[in-house]
Amino acid sequence: MGKKLDPKLFEALEQVIVRYKDHKGPLMPVMQAAQDLFGYLPIEVQDYIARGLDIPLVKVYGVATFYSQFKLEPNGENTISVCLGTACYVRGAQKVLDRLKEELGIEEGKTTPDGLFTLSGTRCLGCCGLAPVIMINDDVYGRLKPDDIPGILDKYRRARSA
Amino acid sequence: MELFRSHVLVCGGTGCTSSGSAQIIEQFEKHIAERGLEREIKVVRTGCFGLCEAGPVVIVYPEGAFYSRVKPEDVNEIVEEHLLKGRIVQRLIYKGDGAAPERERSLDKIGFYKKQKRIALRNCGVIDPENIDEYIAMDGYQALAKVLGGMKPMDVVNTVLESGLRGRGGAGFPTGLKWKFAMGGATPKYIVCNADEGDPGAFMDRSVLEGDPHAVLEAMAIAGYAVGASQGYIYVRAEYPIAVKRLGIAIGQAREYGLLGKNIFGSEFDFDIELRLGAGAFVCGEETALFSSIEGERGEPRPKPPFPAVKGVFGGPTIINNVETLANIPQIIVRGPEWFSAIGTEKSKGTKVFALGGKVNNTGLVEVPMGTTLREIVYEIGGGIPGGKAFKAAQTGGPSGGCIPAEHLDTPIDYDSLAAIGSMMGSGGLIVLDEDDCMVDIARFFLEFTVDESCGKCPPCRIGTRRMLEILERIVSGKGEPGDIDKLIKLGSTIKRTAMCGLGQSAPNPVLSTIRYFRDEYEAHINEKRCPAGHCKALMRYIIDPDKCKRCGICARACPVGAISGDKTRPYTIDPAVCVKCGLCIEKCRFGAIYTK
Repeated sequence: MGKKLDPKLFEALEQVIVRYKDHKGPLMPVMQAAQDLFGYLPIEVQDYIARGLDIPLVKVYGVATFYSQFKLEPNGENTISVCLGTACYVRGAQKVLDRLKEELGIEEGKTTPDGLFTLSGTRCLGCCGLAPVIMINDDVYGRLKPDDIPGILDKYRRARSA
Repeated sequence: MELFRSHVLVCGGTGCTSSGSAQIIEQFEKHIAERGLEREIKVVRTGCFGLCEAGPVVIVYPEGAFYSRVKPEDVNEIVEEHLLKGRIVQRLIYKGDGAAPERERSLDKIGFYKKQKRIALRNCGVIDPENIDEYIAMDGYQALAKVLGGMKPMDVVNTVLESGLRGRGGAGFPTGLKWKFAMGGATPKYIVCNADEGDPGAFMDRSVLEGDPHAVLEAMAIAGYAVGASQGYIYVRAEYPIAVKRLGIAIGQAREYGLLGKNIFGSEFDFDIELRLGAGAFVCGEETALFSSIEGERGEPRPKPPFPAVKGVFGGPTIINNVETLANIPQIIVRGPEWFSAIGTEKSKGTKVFALGGKVNNTGLVEVPMGTTLREIVYEIGGGIPGGKAFKAAQTGGPSGGCIPAEHLDTPIDYDSLAAIGSMMGSGGLIVLDEDDCMVDIARFFLEFTVDESCGKCPPCRIGTRRMLEILERIVSGKGEPGDIDKLIKLGSTIKRTAMCGLGQSAPNPVLSTIRYFRDEYEAHINEKRCPAGHCKALMRYIIDPDKCKRCGICARACPVGAISGDKTRPYTIDPAVCVKCGLCIEKCRFGAIYTK
C-alpha cells in the first residue's frame, strides 16, 4: 500500500461501527460509510471492519468484491461514468465511450496515469430522455455526440491547472 | 395556509435536474424576490412531469402554461412577462406535437398527456415531495387512517385481492395473494419495498420515490398492519441519490407527525421503516438476493421454496413489493377495489407506467390503463419515430423481456398478452427500435449485460449465458456458422428451465424473441455475412455510388489506409480488403456519394 491512511478516518469509522453494531445486517451500511470516508476500501479498512463487527475478513472481502460500487483501489480526481443502459446504447453511447477511451488513452475501469480521470461504464442512470448520457462526478452531460467529448474533458483539465 | 396567486412548478426529477432545473429554481426565487412578489407567487420543486424530452420543464398555474427546455437565462423573461404582466412567453411554450393551438398549451391539451391515466404517478409533478403537508393535502395518509380506524387485517387483504392488483416489478403475481400468504406463521414479520430498479431503460420507480415518497411509506405501513409486521425496509439503488435523499426526508417527517413509529393514529399499531442502499448489483432486484444483501451477504439468490411469505429477510415471513405496486395501494384503499378493477383488462387491472425511450420523439414516463395498444403508446403518446424512420420493434421488460415486432403493434398490452407474444411486462422499460437497429446486436447487448451481472451461483446462468454470448459475438463479427441459431435456441431453452432465479430463467428471452421474429436477420449475418440494418461494423461495406461520385478525389486523400482508388476518368472505388471502416470518407464526401451496406 502506497499512501498511509489517516488515523482520524479510523476514529470516524469506529463511531460508524458502534452506531450500526446492534442493527440487523450491519455490514453493508458500515462498508458504504467506510467508502465515503476513505474513498475506497483498502485491505486495512476491511480488516478494521471485520474486527469491529466480529466477522471473518473473508466475508468482508467477499462482499467488497461482489458489488460493483465497492472499490479496492482509489479513483482518479474525476470519475467519468458512461451510461450503458439500453436507451443510451441505441442512441450511440458506445461511440461516446470509444471516443472517451481514445481521448484518455485508457480502457474502461482504469485511471489515467496523471490521476485526473477514472473511466467507468455504468448501468442506467435513469435520464433516458437525455440519452446518451455521461456523468462526471455529480454532473450529468446529456444529448452527447462524440465530438462534444474533448471540450468537456478540457474543462476538467483547465480546472486542475488553474 | 397561505394563498398564492400563481404557482411555478419546476421539475426536480433526475432528468430535469441533470439539465439544470436547480439553477432555474434559484433564478425564479431571485427574480421573484427582486420584484417583491414572494408572498404572491410560490415556487415549488416537484417530482417528475414525465415528458423528460422537453426538460427542464416549468409549469405556471393557474394558466397551466407548459414551458419546455427552459434555460436559467430565460427565467427573468418569464417572471417579467408572465408573472408580472400576465403575458405568456410564447417562444418557450412547448410545441412538440402540434395538437393544439400554441397559445392554449396546457397539460391536458398536449398529446403526450391526453391518453394517460395517472394513479401511481398522480402526485408526481404536482406536489413538493419534500413537504409532507402537500401529500396530506392530496388525501395522503387517509388510507392509513381508514385502515387503522376500523378495518380488520383480513378486510385490508381482501380489498387488495378484490382490486386485482398484480406486482408491477415483473412477474405480475397477485399482490393480495402475496399478502394473504404472509398473514399466519411465525413472527417477527417484515415488509420490504423493492426499489432496486436495475433494468436498463426503466426509471418509473425512481420517479415515484422522487416525486411521491410518502405514498410508498403509507402503503408499507398498510401492508404492515395487514400481516402484523412492525418493521419495513426500503432497498433502494445507491445510483439514485435524489430518491435516497427524499426518502430520508419523508421518513423523518412521517416519524415527526406520528405516522411512523409507535401507536400510529393512537392505535396499538407500531411500524417503522429503515432505508438500505444497494451497491451496484443487478441480481439484487431478485427478491431472495435482495434479502441476502440486506442481511450483509453477497447478493446471491436462494432456492424457492421457501417463498418470502414463509421465510424471507432475517428468516421471517416477508412481504416484498415493488415501488409502483405499493404506490397504487393507498388509492385502492381510499377509493375502493371496484374503482380500481374497473380500469384495465380482464386479468390485468389498473394502469402501468412505462419508461418510453430509444428512437421515439417524446421520451419520458407514461402511465396508461392496461390494455392500451403499443401503437397508441409509440405514436399517439410518444409522437412517433424521429427522422421519419420506420418502426422496427419495441423492446419491453429489459434484459428479461423480448422484442415486439411491428405486426403486433395493435396488441393490447397487459401481462398475459405480452407473455403470449414472447415478451414480458417486466418493470416497464419500453425502448423503441427503428430500421437502423440490428436485432442480433440488441440481443448481444442484453446478453452482455446478463453475463456481467450473473452472480455466478448456478451453472446454467454462469456458464450457459456466456456460451450464448460467445455465439452471438461470433455472429455479429461475421464468423457465424450454420447451426448457430439452433444452438442458441437449445441452450436458451435449457437455461430457462434450469437456472435458479429469475435473472437466469429470463436471460435467454431477448435472444429467443429476436430469433422468433427476426430470424432472417440472424440468417443474413450467418449465411450472407451481411447486417441488414447496416449496424454491425465487421459486416459493413463502404461503397461509392458511381452516379453520385464527382471524381474530386477528396475521399482518396482522406483515407488513412489508401483503400480508395480512381481518377478523373473513372469513378472512385473502395477496396473492401483494405478498408478499415473508419467512416472518414463519408464525413469528407461533399456529395453524399458514399454509403454503407
